[in-house]
Amino acid sequence: MILADSSSSSSPLHFWGYFLDHRAEDLRWLWDHTYLSLIPVVIGLVIALPLGWLSRRYGWLYPPMVSISGLLYTIPSIALFVMVPPLLGLKSLDPLQVPIALTVYSVALLVRVVADGLASVPEDVAQAATAVGYKRLSLLFRVELPIAVPVIAAGLRVATVSNVSMVAIAGTIGQENLGRLFDQGKQLSTTGPYYPPIVLGIVLCVLLALTFDLLIVFGTRMLTPWRRAVVGR
Amino acid sequence: MIRFESITKTYPDGTVAVDSLDLEAPSGQITVLVGPSGCGKTTSLRMINRMIEPTSGRIWLDDRDTGRIPAAELRRGIGYVIQHAGLFPHRTIIDNVATVPYLLGWDKKKARTRAAELLEQVGLPAHFAKRYPAQLSGGQQQRVGVARALAADPPVMLMDEPFSAVDPVVRDQLQDEFLRLQSELGKTIVFVTHDIDEAIKLGDQVAVLRVGGRLAQLATPAELLNRPVDAFVAGFVGRDRGYRALAFSTAGRLSTREEPTVRLGAPVPAGTDDADGWLLVVNDADEPQGWLKLGESGADGEVVTDAMLHRGGTLAHQGGSLRAALDAALSSPSGRGVVVEEDGRLAGSLTASEVLALIENPLPQPEPQP
Amino acid sequence: MIGDVLTWLNDPAHWRDTRVDKGIPTQLQTHITFTLIALAIALALALPLGLFIGHTGRLTFLVTAANALRALPTVGVLVLLTVIISPHFHGRTDLGFVIPTEIVLVFLAVPPILSNTYAGVQNVSAAARDAAAGMGMTGTQVLRKVELPCSLPLIFSGFRSATLQVIATATVASYVTLGGLGAFIYDGLQQQDFPQMIGGGVLVALLALLADLLLATIQRYAVSRGISGRFSTKSVIPADAATAQVRTAEASTV
Repeated sequence: MILADSSSSSSPLHFWGYFLDHRAEDLRWLWDHTYLSLIPVVIGLVIALPLGWLSRRYGWLYPPMVSISGLLYTIPSIALFVMVPPLLGLKSLDPLQVPIALTVYSVALLVRVVADGLASVPEDVAQAATAVGYKRLSLLFRVELPIAVPVIAAGLRVATVSNVSMVAIAGTIGQENLGRLFDQGKQLSTTGPYYPPIVLGIVLCVLLALTFDLLIVFGTRMLTPWRRAVVGR
Repeated sequence: MIRFESITKTYPDGTVAVDSLDLEAPSGQITVLVGPSGCGKTTSLRMINRMIEPTSGRIWLDDRDTGRIPAAELRRGIGYVIQHAGLFPHRTIIDNVATVPYLLGWDKKKARTRAAELLEQVGLPAHFAKRYPAQLSGGQQQRVGVARALAADPPVMLMDEPFSAVDPVVRDQLQDEFLRLQSELGKTIVFVTHDIDEAIKLGDQVAVLRVGGRLAQLATPAELLNRPVDAFVAGFVGRDRGYRALAFSTAGRLSTREEPTVRLGAPVPAGTDDADGWLLVVNDADEPQGWLKLGESGADGEVVTDAMLHRGGTLAHQGGSLRAALDAALSSPSGRGVVVEEDGRLAGSLTASEVLALIENPLPQPEPQP
Repeated sequence: MIGDVLTWLNDPAHWRDTRVDKGIPTQLQTHITFTLIALAIALALALPLGLFIGHTGRLTFLVTAANALRALPTVGVLVLLTVIISPHFHGRTDLGFVIPTEIVLVFLAVPPILSNTYAGVQNVSAAARDAAAGMGMTGTQVLRKVELPCSLPLIFSGFRSATLQVIATATVASYVTLGGLGAFIYDGLQQQDFPQMIGGGVLVALLALLADLLLATIQRYAVSRGISGRFSTKSVIPADAATAQVRTAEASTV
């Protein structure tokens, strides 16, 4: 347990000083928070791509796929965190409970996004591509997925940003990440408000979310050069 | 009567949409505003019910200045039909039609009874009443749009490209029915279109507007085709205007020649070795069915069947237009246009050169009824 | 472990209040109360605002701003507000914790309702709006009779998403010492009583599912079939030609 240095101010603006004082720990939490937010989205996308493609390819799969993912998305994150270990036979507070739960959410969100993204490919484009001789898989990777990138990217932005917030919630049940800063702030505020760790946590979480957001926006631009080609060359 | 009194509409960015327009739409008639895009025709229309407020000038509805009537009240007294019908997707067809009566505070039963009458009047079956717009085709939705505009029996109707979004066959049908309806109702109608053919077909008078919102010519369709005031109007009215103008000149009683016929089901006559070998086939009611080419199908003495007929010629009606008569002659396989009486019975035939002679030396026209 | 959780949920002792511990019904009631208060406030703020922005097209930046709020970590904001507000309340009152919690819950619920209401009104077909005004509806009549009913599906989906987030985050309210179903989770965690912790999670999940089911049912009856597309299957669209007699004018063929 970290105690407030007697020298340090409790002013909200002191968060930077607080960060410098506890740099090693804060950086470790920042790193934990980063990969806990990101890896589930990556795994989720890898799982959601084939599922989304299947439910686009076989129309009858779409309604049940949407219902199931909607149902999963209904479960509050904290509830899913605590329910994952018994369902998978892990011990409670296993470090895997958070990434597994967040992967479930990411899949639930992205399956639908991928299916809708593929559906956004104009029918005549798909037919023209087939007509010039694309086989099914190359059609998917060379034509349909690139066109669906903007829709899928929008889904990824939602998934990563909400993951950053949900990882912090896992901090309240003892998982190691930036959420611990809020726990610290709460513990240190029993006698009077002590803001620095709380503000630091909020600032780092927002920065993390913004960074992910910008990276995805940037990546989308890289992957879809034709969307910029409209305005002159 | 609707009267534009030096109406100008200037948008904040300086665009002049309508430039001191003076125009009168007489009561009980269809006035069509037509012109290329950007000519301010829709803006003009929408200023009548104050969907757009004019920058200057006044619009009179009979003897009332529309600018002095509260907008909502004014609009409830004017039927309004727009391009995509604009039906309310959450209301059934009957409730869509009853919109204005509801707004006017009619009781529900009366409003619905009225709406049901109108559905019938625009040619929609009664069981459509409980459906929703999404269950109807574009043409059907447009019929509902017209019924909805008529619901409170407004004396004036504004129609903004109402038939542009449907396919040509349906459009033609809707136009014909619209004319039939208007002949029963006699509304004062202002109709906007970009399609000169539609304007000429529907308008009692046509106002051609040029880009920048200036009136180029206001005339009856026939005048417009025969005497366009300048190169712009002539160009807009188009290439075939001479031929199309024929649609407005009636031939009077056509003097036709008698055409030898044979009935369906009768044996092919043997000896009628007429000059060109074409023989007109009629049914038992004496209505023309098609042409038979002698010596082409079957031996002499065989029975005339449907399968032997050459079709494709159009029919001209006695008392119809010269255009129809010429078209009948030009489209007939025998070169002789078939003319029928009002009831569809054969009257006789007429060649293209005979029609041309009529065009060059028109018969004295009866005075048009005022 | 699953068996232990079921045993915990089945134990009648956990369904009664004792001097030290509140039972499941009481905590459920607290949870629902928090949720309803937040949703009512959020709806009262976001729905009229969303309708206004959608109808007039003014103040659209508010929608963007509300959506940007989603990047804030809710626990962090909850702890921060609690630390700021609770010292101002003394004695036997929860208000020092209830107020920050409700603020956070309202902040969570506003963006989905606001942006969906706005998007819903925006999506109403321009033709339907134009027709409504052209037939003599006043601005508020257009909003009430056309724009609102047509945007109900999107408004409902925004409200449902808000409800789920509020139920989820109300759970975290127990972390700042308030009641609600989250109390079982955080008490269980502190006492290393995992069946209780997991049981709490199960209860929260059930509450969320039931709430969503209830709203889905209401939505089914509130949204016009003309919009949701649930028509009776009997009605087949006949071709135009079937509805109108083709009139033979001058153009019948021989």
